[in-house]
Amino acid sequence: MGADHAGARPRLATIWLDGCSGCHMSLLDMDERLIEVLARADLVYGALVDTKEFPEGVDVTLVEGAVSSQDDLRKIRQVRERTKVLVALGDCAVTSNVPGMRNPIGARAVLERAYLENATVNPKIPDQVVPALLAESLPVHAWVPVDVFVTGCPPSADRIFEVVSSLLEGRSAPAGQEQRFG
Amino acid sequence: MSEVRTLVIDGHDVAATADQTVLSAARENGIHIPTLCHLQGLSDIGACRLCMVELEGSPRLVASCVTRVEEGMRVTTVSERLNAYRRRVVEMFFLERNHVCAVCVANGSCELQGAARDLGLDHFELAPLHPEVAVDATHERFVLDQNRCILCSRCVRVCAEVEGAHTWDIQGRGADARLVSDLGTPWGSSTTCTSCGKCVQVCPTGALFEKGRSVAEPKARRPYLPYLVDHSRA
Repeated sequence: MGADHAGARPRLATIWLDGCSGCHMSLLDMDERLIEVLARADLVYGALVDTKEFPEGVDVTLVEGAVSSQDDLRKIRQVRERTKVLVALGDCAVTSNVPGMRNPIGARAVLERAYLENATVNPKIPDQVVPALLAESLPVHAWVPVDVFVTGCPPSADRIFEVVSSLLEGRSAPAGQEQRFG
Repeated sequence: MSEVRTLVIDGHDVAATADQTVLSAARENGIHIPTLCHLQGLSDIGACRLCMVELEGSPRLVASCVTRVEEGMRVTTVSERLNAYRRRVVEMFFLERNHVCAVCVANGSCELQGAARDLGLDHFELAPLHPEVAVDATHERFVLDQNRCILCSRCVRVCAEVEGAHTWDIQGRGADARLVSDLGTPWGSSTTCTSCGKCVQVCPTGALFEKGRSVAEPKARRPYLPYLVDHSRA
């Protein structure tokens, strides 16, 4: 874990799948500690970076959100291939949480409610631009191996800082003392 | 006064009366064993399996809430094996229904959520069942949300044993088991329910809650029911 190549700074990325952005907000809540993190690592991809393609050779990636659509699935597979340490950040990534509340009734029922029953003009389930939903919204580790799980909705800024700084130094993430779902 | 038994729990010499359970003897001596279905003052049924302990000389684990103390018994309450089983039990509670802590009325006061935290459970390995289950909001003041029920039956027992109404029961088997009021009729039309709210007070999760409570709003804690304490040990 951490940077292999001597002298090079570790490469950090974040990605936002089916979540509410709350985990990224909590990341920003690290406040001045963000400067500390960015002094130690390069932020190479994420909701806060204007890079279109997920780069190769990333050391640590924080994943917010469940895997709910074909697009989420394509992204997470690519992220896994290009990342050494994959962190499921927050309850959606860890358990599917709120996005997973559709699972008992199925994707079709959700689409019908949103695009047919509630439509006032042109009722139609979209078949382009909007990515197709998967049958179930599932946690990240249902599709690709995950190295670190950080629970919470959202996880606290303190917990995120603790995990990120350990991983960037090549150490394993310390066990969360008060880590819980919700 | 019952006869005294001496036993060893986690290396500590402990004295208890012959009618006591291993759980009760442990707690009286400050030894913590996790539980979900146990509530002091109600009968014990060994349903949740969280209080399992190891007994020297026995290959199988026993539920300490329904195991009487015996002379010379040697009990272990903490081990890697027990932790692994307890984590799996809690995981299965989560996956058998639809528990979404983030949007639950019990968030922060839930005993299932607390058990997961205490056991260091940070993700689930088994596949979730995602059952489509009912919410009964027909009662004037309370709601039953089956998505959050772990079938501990504390509500069944408090209603039958303390209130004397026996409105609640468990219907069906295995994954199809459901908490039902009055043989499976809507709670709001129950002819036995006295609307006392004891079931709501003893629910360890957010399965039974008061209407109008919002997410993570703290509820009155157990001392609300002071008579639900076994004074015979005091």
